[in-house]
Amino acid sequence: MARIIVDDVHCKGCGLCVDACPKGVLALDQERITPKGYHPAKLVDPDNCIGCSSCFITCPDVAITVVM
Amino acid sequence: MAAPKTPVTLPDYQVERIGSQIAEGETIKSARPHALSDAIFNYCPGCTHGIVNRLVAEVIDELGIEGKTVGIAPVGCSVMAYDFFNCDMIEAAHGRAPAVATGVKRVHPDNVVFAYQGDGDLASIGTAETVHAATRGEKITVIFINNAIYGMTGGQMAPTSLPNQVTQTSPYGRDVSKVGYPVRIAELLSTLDGVAYVERVTCDSRQHIIQAKKAIKKAFQNQIDGIGYSLVEVVATCPTNWGMTPQGAFQWLRENMLPYYPLGVYKDVVADGFANAAEAALERAKDCPIAQQGKEA
Amino acid sequence: MADNTQAQERVLMKGNEVLAEAAMRAGCRFFFGYPITPQTELAAYMAKKLPLIGGTFLQAESEIAAINMVYGAAAAGARVMTSSSSPGVSLKGEGVSYMAGADVPGVIVNVERGGPGLGGIQPSQSDYFQATRALGHGDFYMPVLAPSTVQEMADLIYLAFDLADEYRTPAMILADGMIGQMMEPVTLPPERDPKTLPAKPWATSGHKGERAHNVVNSLYLSPEKLEQTNFERFERYAEIKEKHQRQELMFCDDAEIVVVAFGAASRIARTAVRDARAKGIKVGLLRPITLWPFPTKAIDQVIANGAKRFLSVELNMGQMVEDVRLAANGRAEVSFYGRTGGVLPTPEEVLVQIEKLAEDMERGE
Repeated sequence: MARIIVDDVHCKGCGLCVDACPKGVLALDQERITPKGYHPAKLVDPDNCIGCSSCFITCPDVAITVVM
Repeated sequence: MAAPKTPVTLPDYQVERIGSQIAEGETIKSARPHALSDAIFNYCPGCTHGIVNRLVAEVIDELGIEGKTVGIAPVGCSVMAYDFFNCDMIEAAHGRAPAVATGVKRVHPDNVVFAYQGDGDLASIGTAETVHAATRGEKITVIFINNAIYGMTGGQMAPTSLPNQVTQTSPYGRDVSKVGYPVRIAELLSTLDGVAYVERVTCDSRQHIIQAKKAIKKAFQNQIDGIGYSLVEVVATCPTNWGMTPQGAFQWLRENMLPYYPLGVYKDVVADGFANAAEAALERAKDCPIAQQGKEA
Repeated sequence: MADNTQAQERVLMKGNEVLAEAAMRAGCRFFFGYPITPQTELAAYMAKKLPLIGGTFLQAESEIAAINMVYGAAAAGARVMTSSSSPGVSLKGEGVSYMAGADVPGVIVNVERGGPGLGGIQPSQSDYFQATRALGHGDFYMPVLAPSTVQEMADLIYLAFDLADEYRTPAMILADGMIGQMMEPVTLPPERDPKTLPAKPWATSGHKGERAHNVVNSLYLSPEKLEQTNFERFERYAEIKEKHQRQELMFCDDAEIVVVAFGAASRIARTAVRDARAKGIKVGLLRPITLWPFPTKAIDQVIANGAKRFLSVELNMGQMVEDVRLAANGRAEVSFYGRTGGVLPTPEEVLVQIEKLAEDMERGE
């Protein structure tokens, strides 16, 4: 079981992680707004996260932590 | 990413903020490198500077050199990198980072000194400093972000802007008949004897980012090993000033930037079988008697 | 400066070489520069001697690169210097401003030649404004020391390094082609081991895991922060003004006319003042040694002693005269005599000016 934790302090909602995810399990969370005013990334399909770190590697704000 | 030797841990500032979200028994696979501070990047959303900042910080962590690293961030979008890295940092005037790095390295040869420069900085106002630090063979590491535009000042034509590229100061497109051609730094510097290693990489995909990190790590390792001047050119994006989404900017990079700025290793004296840049330079000038003086010594 | 516990060496040396030798004795082990007349002997001396004592001489690709190497070496905690002459010093302005803004110490030598533009290569003092007002953009000053003898080349560069370190500021030696090129006997200052110099805990030399990271920086995007750093810097400037004004006074106890001259011009003025005294004119010489801070207290003192007229004698079209006028602040009349372009006035020319002032005063003008 893998998943990601998004640090709202750093996420700017650019969506590059969403594109980078090979399993399509990420989306920008339209329900939430970070202190800086962005919709942060969110793991929307936790069952299918494979922990490949593609999102982490692509994230320009180093907002993602990947845990297994 | 290459598997780190030590278990990945959260940096202290994140333990409080997100540490509680990690359950017992869970292990961290990827986290912010410790050489990065908690400062929020001043880069725009989707800006690739942040990716490269992270790669540099990861390399510093993996080589265990934060305590002896001194970074130089000159004028440009990355000028505030002194806030982003936990190693000692110097902010420098526009284009002058290689000279400042030279000063630091000459005082403390055991420090690991890197300059992090953009295209306007490195390839326009600082071309003299860049070329001469390279030809002197300063044992420094230069990370060069080429996104073909001046970001911080709002999108003016850069020395590396592509032919016909529209910018604030080339509103009809870069007219090469009037303003000339883009500077291809990796190719240019690869001709200099003081240079040990030049590679051009990009950061538009997982695979390319992994390659970029390998190159950056090599550029740092070369310095530690005293091999010579090393530069990694990162072909990057500027979604804001290109007027594109981050995703669209990657597409434009693949379509236009990469054909003009081909990726690859432009010089690597070690791969060519030399111990360092000096040895390679001696071989290149093998027919010049005066250049061979002192060779035996 | 001269330490009596060490055997003092008295030697005959050229001014430019003495700057180099005394800098090394002050613990400077790093020199970055670019060739230009008439300061070349300084760089050549450094190139020869520095490697022998474990130092680094590096000929940079430009004056701009040289001053930025100084900035880097100074940020890394070293005693470091550069030298040039007028046109080259203009190029260093950017780096000096960054040094001031980042509170980084270092010594800049200007062996002046005539200007503007490429000008000439003969002695001049036409960079007085540049040195004391505007070497680089922004709100800053730096100590500017003006030697008038080869001995002072040694004494003042020694002092410049100490002031620079103490106040974390660039400091300048404003010499000219005449003092730079002439030979005089000089007592060299004692050697200081760089290792014994006061530590610089703010330096960027790697934190070694022992402290938080150091940052050397002059960028403050918050206006309030930038203002605050400037306020703090000007508090240091106020202390320098209070503690470090230096000058030489000659015949000033009863002088009604005071000639103000520094550097090479003061050597000529000194002869003229002596000659005028021999003719019974109550004239004295005030020789500023610090151009910034300008010796305003000495101006106050000679006015209190009865000075009614100042004559500023300079190798330019009249620059320091403005500081004399500001310091006199209406309490005495201020006039100027100067030659420029590398032309030196003779003592006789200056004497004529003193005599004119004396006659004016007699007539009650």
